Amino acid sequence: MKACLKPLLILLVSTVGWLSVSWAAIDTYPFQTEEQRQRFKQLTDELRCPKCQNQNIADSNAPIAKDLREEIYRQLLAGQSNQAIADFMVARYGEFVLYRPAFSKKTWLLWIGPFILLVVGAGIFYRLIRKGQSSTAPASASLSEAEQQQIEAIIHQHEEPKS
Amino acid sequence: MARLKLFIPLLLFIALVGFLYQGIYDKDDSLTSALLNKPFPAFSLPTVQSAETNVGKQALLGEVALVNVWATWCPSCQVEHPYLLKLAQQGVKIIGVNYKDDRAAAQQWLTKLKNPYVFSVFDEKGRLGLDLGVYGAPETYLIDREGVIRYKHVGVVDEQVWLTKIKPKYDALKMNTAGTVQQDAG
Repeated sequence: MKACLKPLLILLVSTVGWLSVSWAAIDTYPFQTEEQRQRFKQLTDELRCPKCQNQNIADSNAPIAKDLREEIYRQLLAGQSNQAIADFMVARYGEFVLYRPAFSKKTWLLWIGPFILLVVGAGIFYRLIRKGQSSTAPASASLSEAEQQQIEAIIHQHEEPKS
Repeated sequence: MARLKLFIPLLLFIALVGFLYQGIYDKDDSLTSALLNKPFPAFSLPTVQSAETNVGKQALLGEVALVNVWATWCPSCQVEHPYLLKLAQQGVKIIGVNYKDDRAAAQQWLTKLKNPYVFSVFDEKGRLGLDLGVYGAPETYLIDREGVIRYKHVGVVDEQVWLTKIKPKYDALKMNTAGTVQQDAG
């Protein structure tokens, strides 16, 4: 019993240790209110690290990300709004730092692209469904009168030599 | 005709890939241009050589110049250093921003490798770096006589970068004797 508990305990301790490391970035900043803490988390989650590019400021270990966390913290305590802090970052690092960029002529496709694809896809899907339905319908129903006559004429032609 | 319609999703997909691909490699237009055609940020910082004397933005003005962000902890800065010396010899005004560095190490570096800079601002905390949107070193800014940022290059400045990217703009700004605003295309 003891023997099987030991590995479990080690696993548990190491997991907790690992988790606390990944939260270290946020916990080093003392906040006056819970609201500030939430806003700090939101801002660092939504701003992209300019150096590492595929990480947000909260997750990155790059020195620049640390600097920006400190800057965000400083501005938060100074009473700046989320918008003001985001604008501050955009003024220096460009729209690029926003994981949710403003709607502009450069970013419109990112915003509405998925919806365009959805509409186009739904249209194609709808047409395929309709096509499938019509092909299972009786063959005679899909032939026009002229086509019916043509077929009869062909059958008639083939029958002629026999008689 | 109906068969051609089947290719519409493929064409849309190719268009989307093209758009996103362009977004990835269009660096000049995204990350590097936040301060393009904007005035160099104001600052008041000591120099690497002297802790007592503070210099400000005023010291950058009057001549078309390069502002080069460097540090002793940055290996690429060492790579580009000889070329900066060469440019300085050719008469290009280069101002250094010593970014988040150790003063003694920076002084030693300038003595040992020679000094291409008119002076180097000592940006110990990286405040100026933050205002410039620096996200790594080396970075090089081309500023006009009035201190407006006209170009930014991230990474090592070597002969190819200088000749193809910076020199044409540098020459155009130099030619512009009145020092008035030069329209920048890229």
